[in-house]
Amino acid sequence: MNALAQAIPGPEPKLTVRDLDFYYGSFKALKHINLEVPERLVTAFIGPSGCGKSTLLRTFNRMFELYPEQRAEGEILFDGENLLTSKMDVSLLRAKIGMVFQKPTPFPMSIYDNVAFGVRLFEDLPRARMDERVEWALTKAALWKEVKDKLNQSGLSLSGGQQQRLCIARGIAVKPEILLLDEPCSALDPISTAKIEELISELKTDYTVVIVTHNMQQAARVSDYTAYMYLGELVEFGETDQLFLKPRMQATEDYITGRFG
Amino acid sequence: MSALPATATRANRTYRRRRVVNKVMMGLSAVALAFGLFWLVWILAVLVWEGANALRPSLFYQMTPPPGGNGGLANAIFGSVLMSGAGTLIGTPIGILAGTYLAEYGRRGWLAPATRFINDVLLAAPSIVIGLFVYAVYVARIGHFSGWAGAIALSIIVVPVVVRTTDDMLKLVPNSLREAAVALGCPTWKMITMISYRAARAGILTGILLAIARISGETAPLLFTALSNQFWAVDMNAPMANLPVVIFQFAMSPYDDWQRLAWGGACLITLLVLGINIAARLLFRKNP
Repeated sequence: MNALAQAIPGPEPKLTVRDLDFYYGSFKALKHINLEVPERLVTAFIGPSGCGKSTLLRTFNRMFELYPEQRAEGEILFDGENLLTSKMDVSLLRAKIGMVFQKPTPFPMSIYDNVAFGVRLFEDLPRARMDERVEWALTKAALWKEVKDKLNQSGLSLSGGQQQRLCIARGIAVKPEILLLDEPCSALDPISTAKIEELISELKTDYTVVIVTHNMQQAARVSDYTAYMYLGELVEFGETDQLFLKPRMQATEDYITGRFG
Repeated sequence: MSALPATATRANRTYRRRRVVNKVMMGLSAVALAFGLFWLVWILAVLVWEGANALRPSLFYQMTPPPGGNGGLANAIFGSVLMSGAGTLIGTPIGILAGTYLAEYGRRGWLAPATRFINDVLLAAPSIVIGLFVYAVYVARIGHFSGWAGAIALSIIVVPVVVRTTDDMLKLVPNSLREAAVALGCPTWKMITMISYRAARAGILTGILLAIARISGETAPLLFTALSNQFWAVDMNAPMANLPVVIFQFAMSPYDDWQRLAWGGACLITLLVLGINIAARLLFRKNP
């Protein structure tokens, strides 16, 4: 056990990041990250723009591989296996580790098909079972009541907040083990934000959630563990209450009290 | 407080000058617009005026006549539809697949940028060069003009148009949509067919329609490949009549009735192209 693991007693790690470096071409965006994401809890990544928190999140489902000039070095253990090694089927990995993005990204199809899209990739469900699954996911994402009478309408016809909840429903419909949220509320109004934060708290009974956020109050409200990053380095990681009330590092304290820069 | 009147006068002077410049530019733009429209309306007016005479039902069921005889353009219309149809059917899948490669797979390496450049050259190539090319590699070897040669020449014109629009329209699909699909565990090919194509559908269809509009009036490539035929011909291995070449022949002839048929054919093609363009616009506007 290394020092960091001892810092988190109790919860089992779902993801273990070891000596992770990340490059955009020749620019080193992540430097030697070591971190453990606890299972069935909410972990938040905070830090100023460009600190690498989204980059770190995008290594967890190997999203960076879509872009040829980006590469990661090191280990990310997912249930004990390094997910960065090419042996693991990347589509299957992404089905287990879902992601919701900053801007709502409904597909150009009906609300129903949006939710069913991911499910159809891996499961051949009869119509009735699929209906159940869609209802389940939309209920879980607190959207069912608003859309149950217009499931055949285009997903693009919904408001921004509804679209984002549709994307969350689409993400959980495949029943992933981990849900990665990349600033999911930054394009939303306060009411939609509150709904999604409520949803995050509910989701952690079944899922491991990792959320990147610019909003420190949000991190404090929804997360159990928080990581503060700066310039590609992990400055401090610990229980959210402790990090916000009694940060160990001066840099963390400066950032969370707004004396940063 | 004293700054206020000074700012006001300066703003007034600048503002007045800007309004004058604005008016002058507006005037110049309007003149340019009128100049362009003038010729377009003139062309359409002459076509309709002269062509209306020839646009009667017999145009669609009678064959091209010998000089002095009565006739229509049935064989030329049929040949044009057949060859344009075959050209579109050959060219469209190639164009869509190539455009898909450029926009979706061609992120790495030199192949995609090089292909894009060559495609742009092909897009601007004079169509007579394409006609000569098909003549050299196909017609000369087979030994006779044929409908297939015409269809191949037309398909070579279709390909770069469809490649370009498919590439452009797929590039308009936001990357966030692709990432969202991939994040669900969607393999690349499925992401392209189910998300990218769906999002770019109207644009790609518009490109195909514009390609059809483009080839329906092409004369030079058909002159070297399909030539023409006085009679009803369904065999695409034989010379085939088509509207542009018949218009070319008849319009150059000294016979009044041939010239009238040429006007009719020209009017027909123009109305068709106009119709296709309007359809493309409606399609693109309905789901952008």
